[in-house]
Amino acid sequence: MHLPVSLVWLIPALPLLAAGIAALAPRSCRTLAAGAAIAAMIAAFVISCLALHTALADPGAKLVANFEWFDVGAGAMRLGWLLDPLTAFMCVMVTFVASLIFIFSTGYMKADANFKQFFCFLSLFAAAMLGILVANSLLLLFICWELVGLASYLLIGFWFHKPSAAAAAKKAFITTRIGDLGLLLGLLWLADSTGSLLFYDGGNGVLEVAALGSLASQVTVGGLAVSTAIGLLIFCGAVGKSGQFPLHVWLPDAMEGPTPVSALIHAATMVAAGVFLIARVYPLMSADLALPLVPLHALTVVAFIGAITALLGATIAVAQNDIKRVLAFSTVSQLGYMMLALGVGSWVAAIFHLLTHAFFKALLFLGAGSVIHAAHHEQDIRRLGGLRGRMRITFATFAIGMMALSGVPFLFSGFWSKEAILHAAHGWQVSHLPFGAALVAVVLTAFYMTRLVAETFFGTARTEETEHAHENSAVMTVPLILLAVGAVALGFLGTPAFPWLQARLLGEPEVHGHPLFESAGLMMLSIVLVAVGLGAGWAIYGRRPRVALDAVDPLAKAAPGVIAALGNRLGFDELYAATLGRLVTAGATVADFFDRYVWGGAVTMLARLGEFAGVVNRENDESAINGGFNVVSESFRDSGRAYSRAQSGEPQSYLRFIATGFVVLMLLVILGGGR
Amino acid sequence: MNLLPWTLYVSFAGALLALLAGTRSAAAARRVALGTALAGLAITLLAAREFVPGPELQTLVNVPWITELGVRYHLAVDGISLSLLVLTGLAATAGILFSWNNEERTGEFFAFYLSLIGGVYGVFMSADVFLLFVFYEIAIVPKYFLVAVWGSTNREYGAMKLVLYSFAGSALVLIGLLWAHAAGGATGYGLAELAEGARHIPAGSQIAIFALLFLGFAVLAGLFPFHTWAPTGHVAAPTGASMLLAGVVMKLGAYGCLRVAMPLFPGAFAVCQPVIAWLAIAGIVYAGFIALVQSDFKFVIGYSSVSHMGFVLLGLAAATPLALAGAVLQMVSHGIIAGLLFAVVGRMVYERTHTRELAALQAMPLHRLLPFAAGVFVLAGFASLGLPGFSGFPAELSILTGTWQAKPLWAVCAALGIVVAGAFTLRAIHVAFFGSTGATALLADAGHHDEAHAMAPISWPEKTGALLLLAATLWVGLKPDVLLDWIVPALQSPAFKAVINGGTP
Amino acid sequence: MSPLQLCLLLSSLLFCVGLVAAMARSNAILVLLGVELMLNAANINFIAFWRYGPNPEAGTGVLFVLFSIAVAAAEAAVGLALVIAVYRHQKTIRLASINRLKG
Repeated sequence: MHLPVSLVWLIPALPLLAAGIAALAPRSCRTLAAGAAIAAMIAAFVISCLALHTALADPGAKLVANFEWFDVGAGAMRLGWLLDPLTAFMCVMVTFVASLIFIFSTGYMKADANFKQFFCFLSLFAAAMLGILVANSLLLLFICWELVGLASYLLIGFWFHKPSAAAAAKKAFITTRIGDLGLLLGLLWLADSTGSLLFYDGGNGVLEVAALGSLASQVTVGGLAVSTAIGLLIFCGAVGKSGQFPLHVWLPDAMEGPTPVSALIHAATMVAAGVFLIARVYPLMSADLALPLVPLHALTVVAFIGAITALLGATIAVAQNDIKRVLAFSTVSQLGYMMLALGVGSWVAAIFHLLTHAFFKALLFLGAGSVIHAAHHEQDIRRLGGLRGRMRITFATFAIGMMALSGVPFLFSGFWSKEAILHAAHGWQVSHLPFGAALVAVVLTAFYMTRLVAETFFGTARTEETEHAHENSAVMTVPLILLAVGAVALGFLGTPAFPWLQARLLGEPEVHGHPLFESAGLMMLSIVLVAVGLGAGWAIYGRRPRVALDAVDPLAKAAPGVIAALGNRLGFDELYAATLGRLVTAGATVADFFDRYVWGGAVTMLARLGEFAGVVNRENDESAINGGFNVVSESFRDSGRAYSRAQSGEPQSYLRFIATGFVVLMLLVILGGGR
Repeated sequence: MNLLPWTLYVSFAGALLALLAGTRSAAAARRVALGTALAGLAITLLAAREFVPGPELQTLVNVPWITELGVRYHLAVDGISLSLLVLTGLAATAGILFSWNNEERTGEFFAFYLSLIGGVYGVFMSADVFLLFVFYEIAIVPKYFLVAVWGSTNREYGAMKLVLYSFAGSALVLIGLLWAHAAGGATGYGLAELAEGARHIPAGSQIAIFALLFLGFAVLAGLFPFHTWAPTGHVAAPTGASMLLAGVVMKLGAYGCLRVAMPLFPGAFAVCQPVIAWLAIAGIVYAGFIALVQSDFKFVIGYSSVSHMGFVLLGLAAATPLALAGAVLQMVSHGIIAGLLFAVVGRMVYERTHTRELAALQAMPLHRLLPFAAGVFVLAGFASLGLPGFSGFPAELSILTGTWQAKPLWAVCAALGIVVAGAFTLRAIHVAFFGSTGATALLADAGHHDEAHAMAPISWPEKTGALLLLAATLWVGLKPDVLLDWIVPALQSPAFKAVINGGTP
Repeated sequence: MSPLQLCLLLSSLLFCVGLVAAMARSNAILVLLGVELMLNAANINFIAFWRYGPNPEAGTGVLFVLFSIAVAAAEAAVGLALVIAVYRHQKTIRLASINRLKG
């Protein structure tokens, strides 16, 4: 049974519908909200499997269904759905992991008053994420990208009554939005120079030969090809969402959200969106590789940023004491690996690692959630300990996740995907620095994961709560088991001997395997490095487990300054607060001052000037104009008064006047000569 | 179609009726006002259904008015005016719903309110510039009374500032208008006649006249640095009036620029384009920054209005078809969203808490006391910061895409404003509604227990109004075609073509 | 001295007597009498100018005088009625004390 591409929209639509149901349902309908969310997610999973089946039937094809969103005369804004193996694999992974996380959440969030909203937000988040995956238009991708940001804001800030959670949500939203600004500008540029935002459109899409050729042949500021500039802007968006250096600061803070959210955001979805984005626009990112003379290739930047992030995240993770923060920095580091893989040209390795990472990181986060739930919301590994015996399933699955993440050879998926990345980085012609950084990060990863497991599960329980911790219900353990199976099994889809996944992603019908010994040297090296990391971790933390609560960390004893700096996350937050934060506050204050006193002052001054003119005019009116008027009218009144005196009311006096007048008249006539 | 002039007549008649009804009872006046506004909305919607989009202004009425001066009573609409007419109907209805609790001289309040609406309808329909100017003035006067009589904080100051700015602006417009009339030797004040005459004016004078007209109108649209009337005016005004101020009155200015100043002098406009664009960008970023540090809730919204109107002006300045369409869309979108924000702040929150100080609001567990208000504000805030799904997104996207086509640097600088918008909106949401945290929330609960119970529940007019506006912004956001199908053909007219091509028709 | 001049002299004397009476007497009735005298002086002038004028055949002078006498009679009636009314009101007919219109 095949899924027509025109129905791909069902995958994001179903969780969206569930979100709508949960939003409209009354607060008390907890089962309805959770049930709708889980049912929709499982249905989406089934559809995704159908989509995968369809996509694998012809892996090289890009099935698209485009439509018009709105028409603005000059060029319609067109959106579309896309189905290819990349989309299909990602959809299957996201829906599967999300379903398990949803189920786990019903147990984890059982006691929360806002249970219903939680499932509403989760579904919204999943819908937006799936929207990113099936988008065939950078615009649609951007829309879903923003909605993912919105949903993650709501989820991270879900416990907004904790000030740290509210601040973390805000920080996550604004930091990723800074990256989104780059993505938006890249989108605008792309729309302007190609007239379209569709990825594939029967030859007219931006990822197709015609558009790429013209983009790569144009030159912009600094001698960069236009495609390089656009690629770097789009990469900004990925840097923000995927927590790459230097915008990684939001990601560890986002641990303030409920743990299932951390699992969803940090394992399967939001942070993976950046890697997916770069993989999706890979033809654009790599369009400049054919040009030998450009000063910079977009992918070089990606590789270096990835390498820096991988090393940075792994280093900081060594000194964290919060179980979730260790995992968060490990996520930062792993995402760096993926970016490195993208940068060195092996996007399939990146996606392979993305898929395996999704499973084992979700597993680790849910395992951490299980621990936290059992230990009454205790997250500090120094206060945990000795949980191995009390929570057997959690311990076993967590250990599998830890070994997958550390890259323990052969059995665990993380080994194969990491191997693919190291292999690609080794073969990169431009520089060997990223490869070196990746090797160091391998050691560190194994080391801090060993530390985490040793502190949490070994030794003795160090607090009352931990003492009384016990295994959680099946709702929470079954997802762990399923994820653990995935964390092991998934690796065999892409071993060098039978790279089925890679071949399908690249659209090749045949699978060309290589015997394992061809890359045996590199593999041996990484096995040795993993062993070193594990051994060192065990030597320091495992053999002599922490006994006292406030015992100083052995590493901190050796190098207190370094560990303190790392514990403080190398001061990135402080740096940003001191520079960017202060700059913005200063700018805002200056602008406010301007508005209040300069522009406002100008207006007030004008008003005062008007008032002054008013005063002058009034004076003028009262003394000069009114004065003159008063004098004139006074004289009128006086004369009136004089005349009125003759109006005595006595007829005889009138008669006298008449007579006098008559006589005068007569005299005038006579003296005038009778004429 | 020919129903549309009735919006005018109905509004003015409604104003009289409301005045009469007000002498009997406040409730009667309210009902009259709501009926009038609904009638206006219904008329615009009916007309919209029959509207056939096209590039020309479609005449509704055209009779001589002052024959000696050649002034005609000429009403006509195209897609742009129709979009704004519908917005006016919507904003008027919502504004009345949010003024439902007015008990002080209710009849007069609604009389002023409806005559303001009538004036606005008139401006959007006038095809004779003199007539447009007359309606423009009619819209200004009631504004003063609404703010000065029924306003709050510092109302005389706010009202005076508002009216001085408006009249200063309209004085510039009048001078420009008379100059254009005299210098061009036109026989009347019809748009086409004036444009015809304007072509024979020497280039230097053209620029001067254009500057007068554009500046005069843009003052009302909140062009930086002539924007300071907007925040103070909005803050001082009663809720219904600030919804109208931000919702439609600011649009009058932008509409005047688009309908009168730019088509009459496309050549001069092409010269002034960079100046206008940079002022608009300055307004976007600058007002956004100011909103970031305000301590009065309503000031935050007031400055955000200025910032968003900056996008409209930027769209006008860029003058590509996409940017112009986006600018009109943004006018509608901002009209809806700003109305919603002011409604929450002014009506739902202020009239219950009697404070707008963010610090004071932070101490109250508002998300629990007023969950509906919190929900609406969060949605409106997301709409305001341009998240997809809401009307702001397609509008700002079109403006930015169009601006990029004109000049990428403008788009880059303006896009910075989007990040700032995110920051100040989230700050407002957090501090005002979700500010009380942990221990302080408990304290506030204990301390204000009685107060919490005394807070009146959200009433039906508030709910209706909020849902109406939310539905509108979602609808436009998901399907911008509803409006763009009207707007885009209108931009094909020769007058706008000349604007787009920088003066050469 | 021609008869016309003699007639005019007589009428002038009569007029002056009437005028003095109207101006000087304080009794309202006597003032009315004075006014009548002045009127009759005018009547004499009419007759005299008619009789010794250029066209004695036309009866214009007599006609004027007849009208004048009729009007004077009516005027005297009204005047006396006024005086009686005033007297009833004020209990006096001294003109000096009747200087207000208000009753």
